[in-house]
Amino acid sequence: MKKNTFETSLKRLEVIVDEMENSQLDIDKAMKLFEEGVSLVNDCSAKLDETKKKIEILVEKNGKIEKEKFVRNENEN
Amino acid sequence: MVDLFDFESSNNNNDDGKKIYSVSEINNEIKIILEDSYPVVWISGEISNFKTYSSGHMYFNLKDENSQISAVMFSGYNQKLNFIPKDGIQILVFGKITSYVQRGTYQIQVSYAKEIGIGSLQEMFEKLKNKLETEGLFDHKYKKQIPYIVNKVGIITSKDGAALHDILSVLDRRFSNIEVLIYSVRVQGNEAKYEIAKAVEYLNANYKDLDVLLVGRGGGSLEDLWAFNEEIVARAVFNSKIPVISCVGHEVDFTITDFVSDLRAATPSVAAEMVAKNRIDIEDKLTMLKKAITEKIANIIFLAEEKINKFKTCRALSKPYLIYEDKMMYIDELKDKLVNSIKKVYEDKKSSLQTEIQKLNLLSPLNILQRGYSVCFDEKGSLIKKSEQLLKDDTVNLKFSDGTVKAKVL
Repeated sequence: MKKNTFETSLKRLEVIVDEMENSQLDIDKAMKLFEEGVSLVNDCSAKLDETKKKIEILVEKNGKIEKEKFVRNENEN
Repeated sequence: MVDLFDFESSNNNNDDGKKIYSVSEINNEIKIILEDSYPVVWISGEISNFKTYSSGHMYFNLKDENSQISAVMFSGYNQKLNFIPKDGIQILVFGKITSYVQRGTYQIQVSYAKEIGIGSLQEMFEKLKNKLETEGLFDHKYKKQIPYIVNKVGIITSKDGAALHDILSVLDRRFSNIEVLIYSVRVQGNEAKYEIAKAVEYLNANYKDLDVLLVGRGGGSLEDLWAFNEEIVARAVFNSKIPVISCVGHEVDFTITDFVSDLRAATPSVAAEMVAKNRIDIEDKLTMLKKAITEKIANIIFLAEEKINKFKTCRALSKPYLIYEDKMMYIDELKDKLVNSIKKVYEDKKSSLQTEIQKLNLLSPLNILQRGYSVCFDEKGSLIKKSEQLLKDDTVNLKFSDGTVKAKVL
């Protein structure tokens, strides 16, 4: 599942950071880890940015249920 | 007998032999009839017009949709009540009917009362809870994990209720990029349970991409929250493929829906926090992890550069002759050591040779002659070791350290 991938990515990212911080790496290995890490960060951010905030409400119209933009009847933004 | 239906005539004909009551008489008679007929009675009804006098006695009316009856509960009895009586509560009372002659009224004099509204709802709650628990509907194995990242949330509550307002406020405050789909339902009254159950089913059927459903309402009385204790709602929530967070009323309110849902939030706001907070935390965490690897790689590169610079400036590369000089010096040193050690061997050998020569010297016959001894040879040069080898007039050669002389034996 997508969500799993997200979690695995995040976990992998943590491992990478850990490895980069705690072990004596040669630079080739470090660059490889870094590249992998950056691409994981981008994947995860993309997943988070997949949705933009929006609020809709289902309303019944002529026996059919339809989606509508939800307008709050309060003095808030 | 009095003819109840002949009221007009009896009223108009006071003195035609019919029995005429004084007010006191009739009231007394009614009192006796009432009190004899209803010495023990159970009545259920709703409390209204409740007041407690300074004497401690309680006065109220019991009513239903069409009628009401006065009631009194004397302080001696009302001390034992296990609920706080107030207007609107459904109770069951036990007592006797008494009549107050002075006013021509009657009432029930209550000696025992219990709350039936709460009592029966509580019983229904326990019964359903036990039933569903036995069926395994509360089992942990059925609890679905709330997705790590919630992108789309379905909200089943009243569009005009406090719950929706609270949830949206939290989501606003959290600036979260969450898609919200509201399915407005009535959350109290007889229709509520059907609407809530239908909403859960509808969203499951038509909006499978929702990550989580929030099902709930704001606080209220037990009766207000009752829809969430209905079996139809519980089963719909249990059957939901989309994970459900229940959020009914306040922290202290537990409903059957809470038990079957995948996660219970104490309040609608808390539910919204659960949905949004994780997301925010993850966003923060991502930023932090990104920063960590970026800093780390910068550091690794810096260290690598430093290492390269060190190589560049190291003597071997910048002044290779220094190595040669070093080596030369080292070789010289070795040579020196070698010569020295050979010299030492030579000296040792030499001194031991000297010692041997000395020893030889000590044993040399010449050496003995030097100390004043002399040796005697005959003319032929043979060594004379004993006196008997010589005769008178023999010529001998005497050898001294510094030379030889010829001598004659006398």
